[in-house]
Amino acid sequence: MRITRSVAGRRRRTAIVATTGLTVTALLLTGCGGSSDSGSKGADADGNITLTVADFGQFGYKEAGLFEKYHELNPKITVKEDTTAEEKNYYPKLLQQLNSGSGLADVQGIEVGRIKEIVDTKADSFTDLSKVIDVDQWVSWKAKQATAPSGAVIGAGTDIGPMSLCYNRELFEKAGLPTDRAEVAKRMSGGWEDYLALGEEYKKKAPEGTFFMDSASAMFNAVVSSSPEQYYDASGKPVYKESASVRKGWNLAAEAASKKLTQGLAQFEDQWQAALRKSTVATVVCPAWMAGQISTYAGDANQGKWDITTAPGGTSANWGGSFLAVPKSGKNVEEATKLVKWLTAPEQQAAVFKAIGVFPSNQGAYELPDVKSATLPYFNNAPIGQIYADGAKSIPEAVLGPKDGVIKDSISTQINNMEQRGTKPDAAWDAAVRTVDKAIG
Amino acid sequence: MATSTPTRDAHVPPPRPPQKEPPSERRQLWRSRLWRFDDKASPYAYIAPFFLVFGAFGLYPLLYTGWIALHRVSMTGLDTMEWVGWENFDKILHDPEFWTSVSNTFLIGVISTVPQLLMALGLAHLLNYRLRASTFWRTIILTPYATSVASAALVFALVFRADGGLLNWTLGLVGFDPVNWANGHWTSKLAISIIVIWRWTGYNALIYLAAMQAVPNDLYEAASLDGASRWQQFLKVTIPSLRPTILFTIVISTIGSMQLFGEPLLLEGGALGATGGNENQYETLSIYLYNYGWNLGHLGPAAAVAWAMLALLLLIAAVNWLIGRAARSSDSAVRTGATR
Repeated sequence: MRITRSVAGRRRRTAIVATTGLTVTALLLTGCGGSSDSGSKGADADGNITLTVADFGQFGYKEAGLFEKYHELNPKITVKEDTTAEEKNYYPKLLQQLNSGSGLADVQGIEVGRIKEIVDTKADSFTDLSKVIDVDQWVSWKAKQATAPSGAVIGAGTDIGPMSLCYNRELFEKAGLPTDRAEVAKRMSGGWEDYLALGEEYKKKAPEGTFFMDSASAMFNAVVSSSPEQYYDASGKPVYKESASVRKGWNLAAEAASKKLTQGLAQFEDQWQAALRKSTVATVVCPAWMAGQISTYAGDANQGKWDITTAPGGTSANWGGSFLAVPKSGKNVEEATKLVKWLTAPEQQAAVFKAIGVFPSNQGAYELPDVKSATLPYFNNAPIGQIYADGAKSIPEAVLGPKDGVIKDSISTQINNMEQRGTKPDAAWDAAVRTVDKAIG
Repeated sequence: MATSTPTRDAHVPPPRPPQKEPPSERRQLWRSRLWRFDDKASPYAYIAPFFLVFGAFGLYPLLYTGWIALHRVSMTGLDTMEWVGWENFDKILHDPEFWTSVSNTFLIGVISTVPQLLMALGLAHLLNYRLRASTFWRTIILTPYATSVASAALVFALVFRADGGLLNWTLGLVGFDPVNWANGHWTSKLAISIIVIWRWTGYNALIYLAAMQAVPNDLYEAASLDGASRWQQFLKVTIPSLRPTILFTIVISTIGSMQLFGEPLLLEGGALGATGGNENQYETLSIYLYNYGWNLGHLGPAAAVAWAMLALLLLIAAVNWLIGRAARSSDSAVRTGATR
């Protein structure tokens, strides 16, 4: 089909098409410059501010109703929480946001396994909280962990993870083991070897389909956490291959795996959650924050079946715990700092402890009745205040390293392979070393 | 758009001494110059958007990734780059996990692509017949393609779950023991392949169908006059006519399986997904890259993996091209009756 057009018409059409093409191009090239909305826009016309808190796992603020309370105290401020279930997924996202300088919340949680790396490499991105918050209130090592070389404290301590042992009374009873807290603690007074011996006793009469422990990697973590030397030495050199605590933890884990005392679950994953729901594990090594996880996943049906006793051999160790940090790039740094100060104050930490059992890092909270005489109804009213406060005072000051989190995860994965696949300890250790060296290298 | 452009050389007037030109003539000359410029330049304006966008979002990242691959860069300090030359490539080539993920990628690629394309051919052949509500069927087979990777992978993750999974429950009804799908080396690869097959079979079937519709009908008529059955017609007429299309789908599927990421990441999810299973049994190259860059925090080796993937793809493409050429030449030899 042949179309004849007037010359002028053609030219106009060409012009239109050409300009359209160029406009589209221009739009495409400029349209990628928009940064993502970080959720904080400063104050609106009425002076109302929305603060965003990005965290992971369970910080307990929602459960304790603290954000609503803060809004009541400061009607102009609303707090929104954005929670990532697994810290492992949360941390890379945080690093990306720090690198690009966009998408950060007003308050960001940081896990203890990452704090050293953040302090070493990203301290400049965070506000110094020591000017506003009295850091001497925390247990002594907590502030040290978050202190940058410049002396700035970039994270406010939320909780610490003193060690205990959670056990399922019902399963213990069926297997003919004592169910009384003191009695159970006495049977394990010699330490983790006694714990494994108790496990063998459990196995003899264990109810069908149940296991003494959920995961040997938890025991490994408890052993490593109880030592001042973990994966790095004081000069910052990785020494995980020679570290006595790593070796001891690994050997115990290998023994538990070979004797089939563990169900070999990767903690926090779906199957682990299912095991709690179905009550197929009799004991879980319990840093304070673990109790909240157990009550969440075991659900109301298992209320009162669980109990808490002191960790084997009275292990005093810190596993986990977190910090709240305020990125400098936020639009409401001052308000965010106030919020962090309030959230980590003794009263609020006590409230969170009461709600989900994560233990305060603020020593001012230890004397509050909410902590001192705290019991967890879910755990047969176990006197957790007393159990943890004793442990918290004697926790050794651990040397942290930048890749602690990755090292712990890699070794845990291989412990799981020994449990689940019967991988030989030597082969599993080699695989762990390969991954860890990649992470450090 | 069925318009043909008229040729425009008629507008060029014979050259004249310019000072004698009446104004209208001069304008005519100017106009014709504009015409010619328009003729030469506007096609570039039309294709410019693609090339500008490709330059900004395709070429630049590609080259920059290559630049990163030659440096030590960590996630915690993107601003400090230290030149290390080929060290990152050396590192990944000596990492057994890299080779595990190469072989995983190929195995999953083969067990997902081959059945997928065969099924797609069969489906397309069936849809090519006259049947009732053909548009409906054609839409139905495309629906899996319309779902997002994430939702498909999450649903299949529930199907393949070790305890309480739909598949194990069904197997239990028949009397089989439950299988820990994600944990086994073969079962996990099979599970991922099934997700891929489910998503892409319909898409490929539609491409084949479009190609089949273009096969001239007289070929089939001639074949049936010669007494060829339906099956023989499919083998001797349909398949040879579809050869270029089949080659195209093979290339596309290869590139797709090379980049498998979402399915293995979400099969178990969480920490296990990010390392491709507890023994890296379903770790694909993309997962290896992601794990190296984002979990371990070293972007140099991760970028090197990206370039290694490109090299592998080019290698596969070259092999494909050689096979295609060999097939074509042997074909023409048969056709021209070059028999001894």
